[in-house]
Amino acid sequence: MIRTIPGWNAAKDVFNRDRARQRAQLKDVDQERRDFASRTLVVFLVVAVMCCVLIARMVWLTVFKHDEYRTISEDNRIQMFGVPPPRGRIYDRGGDLLADNVPVFSVFVIPELTEDVDATLSEIGALVELSDEEIEAFHTLASESYPHSPIRVKLHISPEERAVIEVNRHRLTGVQVKPDTVRHYPYGEVMAHAVGSVRRKTPEDIRRLDRRRYSRTQFVGRRGIEAFYEHSLHGEPGSRQVEVDAHGREQRELDRNPPIPGENLTLHLDSSLQVAAAQALGDRRGAVVAIDPRSGGILAMASEPGYDPNLFVTGVDPTVYDELANSPRKPLFNRATNGRYAPGSTFKPVVGLAALAAGVTDWERTIVDNGEYRLPNSRRVFRDWSWTKSNTGGQGVVDLHRAIYRSSNVYFYDLGAKLPVDALPRFAAQLGYGRVLSIDVADAAPGLLPDSEWKMGARGEGWYPGDNLNLSIGQGDLLATPLQLATVAAIIANRGRVVRPRMLLGNDADLSEFEGGEEQSQVVGLGAGGTGLGADDWQKMVEAMEAVVHRGNQGYRQNGTAWAYIGQDIAYRMAGKSGTAQVVGIAQGEEYDEEELDEFSRKHAWFIAFAPVDEPRIAVCVLVENGGSGSSVAGPVAREVIDHYLLPALASSSPSTDQVRPGASRPDAVVSREVGVAAPEVESALPWGTSESMALASESGRPPGN
Amino acid sequence: MPSDYAHTLPIGGVPGRALTRLRLDPWLLLGLGSIVAFGLLVLYSASHRDLGTLASQVLRIGAAFAVMVVAAQLNPRVYLRWAPAIYLLGIVLLIAVLLFGTTAKGSQRWLDLPGLPSFQPSELMKLAAPLAIAWYFHARPLPPRIRHVLVALALCILPTALIVPQPDLGTGVMVAAGGVAVIVMSGIRWRVVGGMTVLAALASPALWFVMTPYQKGRVLTFLDPERQPQDAGWNIIQSKAAIGSGGFSGKDLFNGTQSQLDFLPESQTDFIIAVIGEELGLVGITLLLVLYLLVVARAMLMATEAQDTFGRLAAGGLTLVFFAYVFVNVGMVSGLLPVVGVPLPLVSYGGTSAVTLSLGFGIVMSIYAHGNR
Repeated sequence: MIRTIPGWNAAKDVFNRDRARQRAQLKDVDQERRDFASRTLVVFLVVAVMCCVLIARMVWLTVFKHDEYRTISEDNRIQMFGVPPPRGRIYDRGGDLLADNVPVFSVFVIPELTEDVDATLSEIGALVELSDEEIEAFHTLASESYPHSPIRVKLHISPEERAVIEVNRHRLTGVQVKPDTVRHYPYGEVMAHAVGSVRRKTPEDIRRLDRRRYSRTQFVGRRGIEAFYEHSLHGEPGSRQVEVDAHGREQRELDRNPPIPGENLTLHLDSSLQVAAAQALGDRRGAVVAIDPRSGGILAMASEPGYDPNLFVTGVDPTVYDELANSPRKPLFNRATNGRYAPGSTFKPVVGLAALAAGVTDWERTIVDNGEYRLPNSRRVFRDWSWTKSNTGGQGVVDLHRAIYRSSNVYFYDLGAKLPVDALPRFAAQLGYGRVLSIDVADAAPGLLPDSEWKMGARGEGWYPGDNLNLSIGQGDLLATPLQLATVAAIIANRGRVVRPRMLLGNDADLSEFEGGEEQSQVVGLGAGGTGLGADDWQKMVEAMEAVVHRGNQGYRQNGTAWAYIGQDIAYRMAGKSGTAQVVGIAQGEEYDEEELDEFSRKHAWFIAFAPVDEPRIAVCVLVENGGSGSSVAGPVAREVIDHYLLPALASSSPSTDQVRPGASRPDAVVSREVGVAAPEVESALPWGTSESMALASESGRPPGN
Repeated sequence: MPSDYAHTLPIGGVPGRALTRLRLDPWLLLGLGSIVAFGLLVLYSASHRDLGTLASQVLRIGAAFAVMVVAAQLNPRVYLRWAPAIYLLGIVLLIAVLLFGTTAKGSQRWLDLPGLPSFQPSELMKLAAPLAIAWYFHARPLPPRIRHVLVALALCILPTALIVPQPDLGTGVMVAAGGVAVIVMSGIRWRVVGGMTVLAALASPALWFVMTPYQKGRVLTFLDPERQPQDAGWNIIQSKAAIGSGGFSGKDLFNGTQSQLDFLPESQTDFIIAVIGEELGLVGITLLLVLYLLVVARAMLMATEAQDTFGRLAAGGLTLVFFAYVFVNVGMVSGLLPVVGVPLPLVSYGGTSAVTLSLGFGIVMSIYAHGNR
């Protein structure tokens, strides 16, 4: 056996095949085979060990890490999808639907199935109207969804549009028409401001709202009841546990947790009364609020002009929206809750009660009203509404009763001068001036109840005696909404028992949004311990307001201010008070010619009323913007609304009941045929102050932004 | 052939004798056939029970077995004679690929020659390299001198160095594994093997500087799969989740959520072992690994019966290439090794590796049939 070769050969050996082969023949073949076999055995053992390493690794993964990896794999395949709850419906007190969910058809696109999404969208756009907003919304949704999931392009298509799409189906791959639901408001414009509306969820809503609850929700309440009770109306979303593949495609449903539908709400609103209120206002701009004084329930809350809330559900066309938003008639503005106007003479009953409460007057005290009032040591003249250049007015000898039914400015100037600073605001606040007394009216404005503290903060000056005078006839800086004045009417109707206005009928009142509904208090006096105001005072004030409507045929400057317009042929007893709020400043002593003023500069007309007087069932506030006279313009609207509410009940019950007495049963309301003779006196509450105070009144007397 | 041999065969009688006459080893065929059958079953599940995929794979495996049958008929001397020429041709083609190759899926592996279907010369090298080194050692005394070992290493490193930059780390590793296997089988001392292993381990960081950014990413992902959980790391996280969630006995065939719902990428090709793990559990994986081990054992036993050095080294080397496939594939899918593109032999969908490895087994059978029994 030659194992070694002389070293000099080595280098040649490497690539010299002949030499190598020669040497190979010299190898010990058997030895080499044995060496190879043993080596193979070792190599095989190494291979076996490597196999064991692999198996050990598998044991580690499948046995020791099994739970961890099972979790990962389950998380992969199981996804939770939200199921949107059906939104609660809204009913009026009689069960009429005010807001419904109706089935419609919508157009969806599955981006994955289209050849070109933009081309498909323009194909759809050729068949149904697609706004830029809708296309933009589609792209936003598409960017955050799987390409295989259907994405809504057009909500709510008409049957005709649906037919057109079906006919063109062959050209529209990836386009689906599927059932959908939208919010519908059967009363349209009439209920728009009272019920409010929903709109499609916006990016801003997405940031604001609970992501989990709203993940699949389409509509969010924007105004009115829809906004205030959003939480309860929305309901709780359900969920579906779904097996998906790696591309998010749904394979099968594993579990389902049904949604809890939103609460159905029943409101105090009486839809027929609401319609009557809207009709009574007609084409005029204004608001009517009717409250049941016993419960505070809002029976009607109309603001005219309105808008069709159905337009907003599916996304309003921008040109239509611009038209609504920029119209000088402001149809989107809820005058009933957000319109802030000087209450004018409607404030006088409150001033009278405050004066009684403060002890500065009583029902017997009289003054002589010459149509002018001058503060001591002042040259400034405050005049009565009846004053004109040609006919110096005045109501003669007046007590508080007459001061109310004749709406004597001078009497209340006198009270204003006598009332301590801030006594009047302190009293008026109890009736809801300057604050939101309503429980569930979205965005209700608090108005403005000026006092010395407010004036120092807002104007940087102290409270002047003249401020008290302006305030005492409901002018100056005082502002209130129709809802607030309806509340005042209800509280007076209740003889001082405060009710908080509410939309939701009591039997639903355990909703989370409805708070403090049970609080009821009595308006108290301004004396020590709240004394100074008795039940008698309330009753007498009610009677004075009754005279406003029913005192007639008494001769010149002897009738109630509203009698000529609404006090005749009336089947029940009604108490009321008219008011007229200044819009434009008129310089002291200047003649006021209504005809020459343009529509938007005329005074706002108010009327507050309640009936029947003895057991009031309805309290109403009417505002007609730039209506001119409270008694002649707003009064008949109030009468019409109350007639609508009370007359059907009267017709079905005996006319001789205590509850509702016929108008003729009271001596001061004997119906005479001299109606035409009784000269209607146009009341105007003009605080003939400085032009400065006029300007302020004019600024605040108009609705914001008008 | 000795008559007593026939009694040890798994297939007796006329078919058994026909197989041996065709120089096909029934034991090896049984092992390979079992793996193929197992693989087809799993592939049927991994392809979401698509018979088309299954039929296509049956055709490819059939073609691969036909190649094996043909290869088994040739005399081992033919392989000995042609080994250096094929090796040189392979090197030339690899250089050509680097210069004019076609790029597919981001790597330049394919060679489009006019009149020929495009092919990967690197695949040829998986067999050519071990055969060439076996040829080299055949004419030299064993155990080899250090200088012979160095030459053999050079024969092994040259094609590897041409393949890795394509980039194709997987094939490069397989070619290197085949060469190194032959060198180890050639009888160099174990302490030299140990020394070289340590040296290679120490030198491996140097590899970092020749790797492409893509390959570096693979290695980084291996070290920390969470690094790119949406991208390269996704594969390995999902394959481990598939195997781990399968547990001891699996979720049953066709019921693996990871594979059936497409969370497991490459579930029909390189990552098919994860489907086995998920649906058939630890039991299924172990069964398959045992089958592989039995095939390796039989083929190595056949190698010891070879009549000369070339036969022994070639058969042993080709067998170890087969095992390298198994080890690297299962290692990478289970997160033990970086992800390199190596299929699971005879189980992964695809024909290339099946043809290559069947050709290798055909050569092993040829060597065995002409051996000293």
